[in-house]
Amino acid sequence: MDLGSLLNALILGVSIASIWLIAALGLTIIYGTAGVINMAHGELIMLGAYSSYMLQFYLGVPYLLCLPVSFVIVALVGLALERGLIRYLYKRPLDTLLATYGVSLVLMQGVRLIFGSDPKYLAVPEIFQSNVMLGSVSLSVFRIVVLLVTALLVLALWLLFYKTRFGIQVRAVMQDKEMAASFGINSSRIYMMTFALGAGLAGVAGALFGVLAIVLPTMGASYVVQAFLMVVVGGGSLAGSVVASGVTGELQSVFAFFTNDTLARFIIFVLIVVFLRFRPQGLFAQAGARR
Amino acid sequence: MNITRRNILKTTLAASSAVALPHLWLPSSGEAWGATLKKGEPIKVGLLFSLTGSLAVPEEDSTLVMQYAIDEINKAGGVAGVPVEPVIVDAKSDFAVYSEKAKELILRDKVIALFGCYTSASRKAILPTVMQRNHLLYYPTCYEGAECTQNTICTGPLANQHSKDLIPFMVGNFGKKVFFVGSNYVWPKESNKNAKIWLEQAGGELLGEEYIPLGSSEFGPVLNKIRDAKPDFIFSTVVGASDIAFHKQFKQEGFKVDDMPIASLTTGEIETRAMGAEFGAGHFLSAPYFQTLDNPTNHKFVEGFLSSKYGKNGTTHYNMEETYISAYVFKAGFEKAAAEVGFENVTPRAIRDHSGGLVIEDAVSPEGQVWIDKDNFNTWLKPKIGQCQADGTFKVVRAAAEQVAPDPYSIYPDLGVCTADGLKAPDGKIRKSVI
Repeated sequence: MDLGSLLNALILGVSIASIWLIAALGLTIIYGTAGVINMAHGELIMLGAYSSYMLQFYLGVPYLLCLPVSFVIVALVGLALERGLIRYLYKRPLDTLLATYGVSLVLMQGVRLIFGSDPKYLAVPEIFQSNVMLGSVSLSVFRIVVLLVTALLVLALWLLFYKTRFGIQVRAVMQDKEMAASFGINSSRIYMMTFALGAGLAGVAGALFGVLAIVLPTMGASYVVQAFLMVVVGGGSLAGSVVASGVTGELQSVFAFFTNDTLARFIIFVLIVVFLRFRPQGLFAQAGARR
Repeated sequence: MNITRRNILKTTLAASSAVALPHLWLPSSGEAWGATLKKGEPIKVGLLFSLTGSLAVPEEDSTLVMQYAIDEINKAGGVAGVPVEPVIVDAKSDFAVYSEKAKELILRDKVIALFGCYTSASRKAILPTVMQRNHLLYYPTCYEGAECTQNTICTGPLANQHSKDLIPFMVGNFGKKVFFVGSNYVWPKESNKNAKIWLEQAGGELLGEEYIPLGSSEFGPVLNKIRDAKPDFIFSTVVGASDIAFHKQFKQEGFKVDDMPIASLTTGEIETRAMGAEFGAGHFLSAPYFQTLDNPTNHKFVEGFLSSKYGKNGTTHYNMEETYISAYVFKAGFEKAAAEVGFENVTPRAIRDHSGGLVIEDAVSPEGQVWIDKDNFNTWLKPKIGQCQADGTFKVVRAAAEQVAPDPYSIYPDLGVCTADGLKAPDGKIRKSVI
């Protein structure tokens, strides 16, 4: 074992962490604010990938522009979903679980009906298909892109939640919906906006994952579990998800470096279960009346 | 009828078993397959593939190409003069559903044969049912071997027809050092056991072996290990969506195909289309069929299929061709059985018994002449090695001169030899239905 390889593994860990985190960001917002267990999160990711595919294939939009447009498209889907279904279920958390699971099936089969079940392909600029070497450290350009986009989104979310009026309202509604409403905050509108925001973030993740892996109607299923793990371990807060993803990504990379990939995942899931046994509220539990 | 104890017992027993336990009623032949074929009624066959879920990508194509083959057979007069009717079910990529649907097809729809499965896991899920009912499964793709049932016919390559040529070819052209990467389930592990033997014979050196969970798309750690190990080539048994992620990340992480090509057992035309040809170009695949094979039968198959209503995916690949052939193996086997025992007496058992040695000629088989082994009922075929080109099609760089015999126990000679009656151990004992 040489130091260069270990350094490579540590840097890869940061990249893996950013992938875990960007998959979990949207879910963190939705779960953290509205307490909705959104089982359709994976399918919103999938919709993001298909949005990018459509934009690219039918309109010839360049890839980097697909990211923000996918955000808008999936956010609109999320908005429609919230207005049409979720808002009737806020008082029945178990029903939202079932309803969003149903939505996930509808979205998956709907996409299958429209696009077929054969995989689609996202083209990216040639520069993203290479890597950079810094001494013995090698990193693919696209992984750096994912890392940058994730960092940018986290920063933007932090500013939004802690530096704007909207953020103050969101945090007030999170802590106590009725009390916030009595101070004149339109909590229904806050829920709607955060759900759309969360959905849009899933859309961006999908546009990125379509390049790393594959665009398929079923692609969301593999991300939703790890996204939930990050949210639950993190406790539903933004900082929680960031730390949970960081630690998990690093651990996965380092364990895989010393043993192998299968064992690494096994150890991580065992550690998560043990962690939740002793700290069921997650890393950073939120102050609030709801949970 | 006198009312005696014996008569009452007899009638009640018969009635209760007929009413309460219809699925236990066996015809006099001892087979559960209770339908009789009638002239003028179509011959029903079951297509047991996944149309939804993670296996849908290859298996939906299998269903489509089977429908195409059946249409073609029906247009040419059917099987023994009778049209074939496919009963299509969706196994939903769920092994419990495979087994349940197999039962339904056999018992309720009374199909005379099943065509189905793409993974060894689903095949192993339905085989107990197929064997118990003495039914017949056409397994139309590659697998690892080490099975000897009396109820399957396989039209894909076995391990000895798949990697035996590929490994020496790669060692000879690129170098001795190799890294194995596979998906984490039974077929890659068994395939790699075979590959290790061929590698040793070719004088190669195994630098490492890694398995990735099915469906995973994170290849960063594995690629880092490969970067450190510096092999001359990679031998891959990664399947499905993971395979596409693997090829993409291979290029994104800065690996060059000229320095370190991937030799795969599964990355065919459908995968290179899905990943984008630039990620597939230069890598190698071992398969009995490529879309670019230059012969009249293949031209007819490719053009006919792509212009038919089933050809929406826009390509043909080895798995589809093996499935296509299986329809003609069924036709030939059925007709031979019908000629010998009479149309009304054809059973799944009879088709299997008459399928040993069947030859599918050049004029029918797009990959060229193949035949069914009379002992183990796998297929004699010519393994070929193709290199992916810039447009995503494959150029055949090497083809076996002769058809290679399928050998399901090639790396387990101690277990015995598969014969038509069962697995014959070295001590002469024969075991039936070995899976």
